[in-house]
Formats: sequence, C-alpha cells, structure tokens
Amino acid sequence: MIPVTVVGGYLGAGKTTLVNHLLRNANGIRLAVLVNEFGELAIDEDLIETQSDDVISIAGGCVCCSFGSDLTAALGDMAIMSPPPDHVLIECSGVAIPSSIVNSLVFLPSFRSDGIVILADAETVVQSAKDKYMGDTVTRQIADADIILLNKVDLVSEVTLHATRTWLIGQNRYARVVESTQSVVPPVIVLDSFVGRVRAGGQHLEASHLDMLTLTPKGFVDADKLAQALADEDTGLVRAKGFVTRHDGTKALIQVVGRRWDVTEVAENKADGLVCLGFKNVISRAMLQKLI
Amino acid sequence: MTLTTIYSAKKIITMNPIQPYVSHVAVREGRVLGAGSLAELEVWGEHILDNRFAEKVLMPGFVEGHAHTMEGTLWRYVYCGFFDRLDPNGKSWAGLTSIEAVLERLKEAEVKMDNPDEPLSGWSLDPIYLNNKRVTRQDLDSVSKSRPIGILHASGHIMNVNSKALEMAGLMKTGINHPGMPLGADGIPTGELYGPETMTPVGVHVGFNRSLTDSDEQGLRDFGKLCVRTGVTTITDLAARLEDDGVKAMLKVTGDPRYPARVVPLKLFMGSTAKETVERALELKDKATDMLRLGRIKAVADGSIQGFSARMRWPGYHNGASNGLWYTAPEQLAELYRAALKADIQVHTHTNGDEATEMVLDTLGPALKDVPHPDHRFTLQHCQLADAAQFRRMKALSMCVNLFANHHFYWGDEHYRLTVGPERALRMNACRTALNTGVPMAIHSDAPVTPLGPLFTAWAAVNRTTASGRTQGDGEKIIVSEALQAITLGAAYTLHLDDEVGSIEVGKKADFAVLEDDPTEVNGEDLKDVRVWGTVQGGRVFAAADL
Repeated sequence: MIPVTVVGGYLGAGKTTLVNHLLRNANGIRLAVLVNEFGELAIDEDLIETQSDDVISIAGGCVCCSFGSDLTAALGDMAIMSPPPDHVLIECSGVAIPSSIVNSLVFLPSFRSDGIVILADAETVVQSAKDKYMGDTVTRQIADADIILLNKVDLVSEVTLHATRTWLIGQNRYARVVESTQSVVPPVIVLDSFVGRVRAGGQHLEASHLDMLTLTPKGFVDADKLAQALADEDTGLVRAKGFVTRHDGTKALIQVVGRRWDVTEVAENKADGLVCLGFKNVISRAMLQKLI
Repeated sequence: MTLTTIYSAKKIITMNPIQPYVSHVAVREGRVLGAGSLAELEVWGEHILDNRFAEKVLMPGFVEGHAHTMEGTLWRYVYCGFFDRLDPNGKSWAGLTSIEAVLERLKEAEVKMDNPDEPLSGWSLDPIYLNNKRVTRQDLDSVSKSRPIGILHASGHIMNVNSKALEMAGLMKTGINHPGMPLGADGIPTGELYGPETMTPVGVHVGFNRSLTDSDEQGLRDFGKLCVRTGVTTITDLAARLEDDGVKAMLKVTGDPRYPARVVPLKLFMGSTAKETVERALELKDKATDMLRLGRIKAVADGSIQGFSARMRWPGYHNGASNGLWYTAPEQLAELYRAALKADIQVHTHTNGDEATEMVLDTLGPALKDVPHPDHRFTLQHCQLADAAQFRRMKALSMCVNLFANHHFYWGDEHYRLTVGPERALRMNACRTALNTGVPMAIHSDAPVTPLGPLFTAWAAVNRTTASGRTQGDGEKIIVSEALQAITLGAAYTLHLDDEVGSIEVGKKADFAVLEDDPTEVNGEDLKDVRVWGTVQGGRVFAAADL
C-alpha cells in the first residue's frame, strides 16, 4: 500500500514551501505530490524537468499533479503509475477539511493514510481562527491534525510563540506541535517513507528540536498494546515505525503518527526494531524501552 | 434583395414598454426588423407574410440564466423522479411515487438491455417524497443481481447502488468506516453513497464517470431539444471545465445550422489560479460565436442548503447541523474579482447560505474600490437566503441576482421543517425584495436539479407554492408581468445580453417563444400550464412537434 500524507492549513501558512522543501530533499524517494491547482509558483523552477498542463516532472523521479475537483480520480491514476510512487503527498486547498480527504482513502485499496500534517502560521493562526468567515474552517483543520507544523516561528517573539503553542494545544491536545522556519523540517517528520533511510531521514534533524532513536525489542511483544502506548501524548513521540514479533511468532509492522497507530501483519521475516522520532528534551531510550 | 418575413400573431408580447403588445413582427437576416402593425411594417418593402402563428402568442425567446447542459446527457438514463417530467423527445415520464414503482421502471429498462454486463443507470431519485424511505442494495438487487445498477439522486449529491456495483468497487465487505457510506445490520454498506468521495469510485462501475458534468455532443443536442419544448432560445451552462476538447465539441454542435439555442457556458473557477482562470476566459472569449458565448467565469462560494453544506450566519441550521463548507476562500475570490474586473470578464458567484452571500459582498466591495467598473453586472447565483439588508448592499455594489424560484416548490417544505426553519424559509428566494430594492433579477431552474421550464419557474415565483401545496412567503410573491420580465430581459441583463435578446424590438435577435396560450391572460396559478408550441431562434422556426 502506498502511504499518503495529507498536508493542510490555511492560505499562506507555508504548504507550498514545505512541498518544495520535501521535493528538494527527497534523496531518491519517489514522491508524488497532488495539488489542488498549479499556482504561479507551485514548484521551484530549478526542480522542474518537464511540465505539461497537469503534470510536472521533477528531478529524481518525483512528480507533481494538479487534481482540480476530482481527487479520487487523480489518486486512481497514481495507483496505476509505473513504477508506482513511494509516497503520495496531498496538498489541500486552503479551505479544505483534511479529515474528509483521509476518509476517502477507505475506498482506494492501494493507499493507506500516513497522517495529517497541518501548517499553522505562527504570526497569524490565532487571528485567522477568529476570522468572521474562515475561523471555524481554521479550527477544524487544526483539530484534524496529527502533526502541527508551527511555521514562521522566526517572525514572532518568545512570548507570542509560547501563547500560540498553548493555544494550539488547547485546540488539539493530541497533535504533536513541531516548530519550523520557512517550512524547513526533517522530511521524516512529514513522510514516514524516510524512516529507515538514515541519510535521507536524518536531514535537518541536527538543527531541529527533534531526535531519532532506534528501539530493539528483546523477544515477543503485544504489537497493538505497544503501538497504542507509543501513540500516547506523554511519550513525546511524533512518529514511530518498525517491525516486531508477536507472541504467536508472526511479524507485525507498527506505524505511529502522533495519536494514530496502525498494526499490520507482514509475511516477510524482517529484523525487529522500531525507529522512534520525537522531541529531544522529552524522549529517552529508557522511557521508551519501558513500554516494550 | 434580402428576404423579409412578416409574422402575424394573435398577440405579440414584446417586453418593450413603448409598445407592449403588437400584432406583427418583421424578421430579416435572423433579426427583428420591426414590431408593430402590418401597415407599420410593410413600409420596409418586399416581404412574405407568414400567418402560421396567427393563432399563437409570441414572446421574446426565454433566457435561462442558470442551467447545466448535463440535463441532456441524463436523459439517456432511466428517469426515477417523483414528478412528471418531459424528455427531449417530448415523452412525458410519469412521476414515481413509491420505491416499488421505481424498481418496476428499472426492471422494464433492464429486460430491454442486450449486453448483460452493461450498467443500468437511473437519475433524479428523491427519497424525501417517498416518506424518506431509503433505497437499499437489496432493493436494487431485485432488479438484477448480475448487472451493476446505480441511481443518482435529484440533488446530485447522493447515489444508490446494488450489490454487484459494490462488489465491483471492492466494497461488498464489513469494516468500512466512512461517514459517506452507511452500513446495514450485516455490517456491509447499504449501497447508499453520500458525496463525491464515495460516489466517484463506485460511480465508474454504474455508468457515471468523472466527466458527467461535461455534456457530450449527443447530450448537447438533446439539451437543445428541451430548449425548444420549453420556449428557451438562450441558455447558460453554469459551469463547465471548458477544456479544449469540450469547447471543440460545443462549437461543433452549436455551429450546426439547425441547432436551436444560444449557449452561454461559464468557466468554473476551480483547480487553477485566479490569474489563469481569467486568462483562460479571455482566450475563450476570442473563440466565442453568436451561438456559443464563451468568456465568463463562475465561482462557487459554498455548498447546498439541503445538503447542509451551505454557509449559514447565526443561528445556523434549524436542526442543529454544524455549519457548511467553503469551496473558495475570500482571498481567492478577492484575487479573482480584481483580475476579472481589470480584464472586463464577468463573474457569477454561487452562494446558497446567507453567510456565503455576506462574504461575497464583503469581498467585492473592496475589489470595486481598487478596480472601479461602472457596469460589471457581477451576479449572485441562487443566493437563496439573502435578507433585505443584503439586497440593499447588492444594489449599492451594482450586483445582479439570479434567484432559485423552483427550489421553493421542490424543497420549500423541507426548508420550513428541517434546514432553516419557518421564518427564514419564508424569505428564501426573495424576488419581491430584490425588485423593490432595485436589484436586477432573474429566476432559474438549475436544470437538471429541477426541470427546465421558464414558465414553471415564473409560476413558482408568482405563487410560492410548495410541493405539499402550502403558500410559503406571501410577502415575497411577484406578479405575472414581473415574472415574465425575469425570464426574458431580466436574465438577459445578468449576462450582458439585454442589447441582443430578451425583448422583441428592432435590431434584436429574432428569438421568440411560440405559445398556444396567453400568459398575460391566464390566472397566475395557471402560468405553468401555458402550452409551448416551439420557438423561433435567429429567425429559424422550430416546432416542438417536429423535433
């Protein structure tokens, strides 16, 4: 199944900048980006190899397609692409409610959700949420988030930043809030396909508030219980992904993004081990080891 | 020597206040050479006197300011609606008043199909009128278990399918968790699908593919036939994607010397930026012909009231449903309005809820300050819940409005009882307020959402009768002459076409609705029963009986 990450947030929050950042740092991962429309500056020009009416080919095997009013049809086209993309990223329109997009993946057996990432403009998000017309749309988007990228933090004071964080947590206590400037975040935060590809996944980690740990369970585990525990907000984890062996000897793939967790049985005999990505000052190997 | 034909008629209603009623109209080169008495027209010289309309009443050809050419395409599917409806070939399909009757008609169509794998498709189902009893996949399985079946609802936002269709889409299983796909007691979907996310993946198996809104050549031809049967000579397609292939097909069909209607397609603002959309509209404007008036844009601000996706101001929906959805952000609309005003491209904006209308007013105001345009005629489409203060603002901004008069008949009872409650239901589609405020007004059918038929639409605005027979909102009724104005000159004005169509006077297109009865003589409650003989379009005569 092809993982799908939905990127939302109100106009001007930095969605397009994030998409360009990810394409620039894809490092061999074949990303397919679906955008509602090709804006004037949808994709940085130096990344573009060729461009037609609704497909832009990008260096490194990535593509960007506009879906207009029919996302389901565009995803159908992605599913039959040859070779298929490693990861699909949907950039929502500024007024879209992302959960309704994720819900529709149910009908597309080739895809699985890799969570909802919402960008929030540190300067304007609190004000936008009070807007006469768009306020409830902005808060509904935030409520849908598994991960909130609190963007443009360089443009606000410490006090404002703290107040905005507190406000965001009040809107959605389950979402993991990751700060960024000009949408620069470790790609692995947005796309779990980067997990396990250290060179690619580790990019930008050093400069961020995030850290990556690898957990190796010793022996059998209750995969569902472990996944659920990892998804608890106290762990400080943003993402986790990896393989474990269950008590009945079967292998399971655990995927956690924010509060969401998913366990799927796998046939291949993969080595046990979970890559965990979380906040530097919160996650610790000792604490995570206790969950196993 | 150019040919001149003078038609005599029992009465010609000109919509020209200088001479409201005349007995003759002279036609040359597809245009009106003059209207008046025979003696007044004979001065133009040699002519043929044509008395075929001597017992008919002529009006300006009707202008439908909000319809979709998709109506023509849908008639290739089985009609499953509650109300009697006329198809392009003139057959009146009886309304179906129970699920059993719907299934019976589907069975009749099924046995006539040769290819066992071909999907069976129906349209215009409306459970509201069937005691809200839901159709299930098992119901449709009784028509066929082996053939995929899908029925589109009248709203266009819901579909019912049978088990075979679910199976083909990989959905005949338990464990599906989606708000748009209700499950039966067995945990398997009931076959009722809500919204495009659920309808698209299953729809392709039952004959409803993604380009349903783009009419094909056959659909556009059938649409033309419906125009003749309803007296329409100019009609909008609101809106279309208008990609090159679609435009080519439309140019071909409307360029046929026997095509009977002038089509005004609007480019949908969705999936491309404001700048690109305006550029595309300018490009299309260059391709426009007399019969295909390209070069306008339609934007969509919110959803529908009965679908609870319209944006409502306080106190919101009567049944407590949460507020609807924005389809376009104010920033995007602001950009579109500015660019379009600069380029002299007209924009029509769909608003249903009163908050959406308010947002458009708040957005257009500042745009007009930046880019003043003395005659923009930007039009609010549907605008069903606007209140008096909003009409005053429309007037101040020189906006036009096209109200959904038919809606009042088809869903008025639902709005009263469920969606907006009594008080706001009374003010919906406030034609009286629009005219009193001086906002240029049209009224529409939104075909295929409700049937095409300007005389029915006029009747709906005059009587404000709901399907259950109640009068809803006496204070918003208009009189017959005002309604006739709305379906002719009124609609023409909203399209910047009032200099060419909408009245019978010298220089205008020879576009006439040919009627068997006189709409100015019948009682208001009988307006919908005025019989249409056919049309004259650009001087060409189209008899409904000969189509």
